[in-house]
Amino acid sequence: MSTVNRTTAAASFSVSFTVGLYGIAFGAAGIAAGFSLIQTCALSLLTFSGASQFAVVGVLGAGGSAISGIATASLLGIRNALYGMRMAPLLKIRGWKRLVGAQVTIDESTGVALGQSELGEPAMRQGFWLTGIGVYIFWNLFTIVGALGAQAMGDPAAWGLDAAVPAAFLGLVWPRLTNNRERALAVAAMALSFGLTPFVAAGIPIISTALLAVAFGWKARS
Amino acid sequence: MSQLWIAVLGTSLIAFGLKYFGHSVPEKYLSNPRVLRINTLIPIALLSALVAVQTFGDKSKLVIDQRVVGMSVAVIALMLKAPFPVVVIGSAAASALTFHYLG
Repeated sequence: MSTVNRTTAAASFSVSFTVGLYGIAFGAAGIAAGFSLIQTCALSLLTFSGASQFAVVGVLGAGGSAISGIATASLLGIRNALYGMRMAPLLKIRGWKRLVGAQVTIDESTGVALGQSELGEPAMRQGFWLTGIGVYIFWNLFTIVGALGAQAMGDPAAWGLDAAVPAAFLGLVWPRLTNNRERALAVAAMALSFGLTPFVAAGIPIISTALLAVAFGWKARS
Repeated sequence: MSQLWIAVLGTSLIAFGLKYFGHSVPEKYLSNPRVLRINTLIPIALLSALVAVQTFGDKSKLVIDQRVVGMSVAVIALMLKAPFPVVVIGSAAASALTFHYLG
């Protein structure tokens, strides 16, 4: 790698560490939902996409089937495909490098890369790799910490873990609510999932709200 | 194989497939404005539904318990622009205290 831009390296490190810390919440959520230590760590190593990981443990923890968990997590992972398309012309990677680059294509690596555009393309590439690999390392380390901590705690409710998981979801969705359409969709999705919960299998009330997203997004804002 | 392992491996396989697909297709195929718009809204719908179900759901019932107190604290923390760890820990602490003293 050519000389590393100090500004880019600093941004990459601070994002990697801060985001990695959320891994504690995920590790704890995995255990609280009934996943084993190995399964929780496997999700961070292999899935490596925070919202998708929280979703799959959330759906199965609420009693949903593997299929509805996978489907919900996968819908949340579609945006990584869009990031990949944005990053591919910048990175120009093939073979095993493309495999690694794809695995670390997430919100943060794409975000930091795009944030370096004023410093030029080499800085953008550095931002992508440093952040992608940095988050990967910290996210997995802190997943183990959170999972071991939760195992030591016992009853999740006694430690507030049952509220920490929805609070984490709320923290993920809150910054995305930037206009009235998005806020209306959030309220509609909550209402639909409430309305369906008593009548359909667990997991279905969550994934069915994807249809609301399609309906709300079908027309451009008038 | 257990449901949990199927979920872990299935989610991981599709997650990687989506990422790799993105790196392998020309940008024009998914840059349709409607696709982009819906893609921004899908996480909002799913995450909001997860907030609702995880706060009030108990199998197929809706219940009010200590989690509501935790979530109220989370909402207040977010309105005060608190950082993510403060939101999560504050919510957990409020829920745990309620569980012990009122549960």
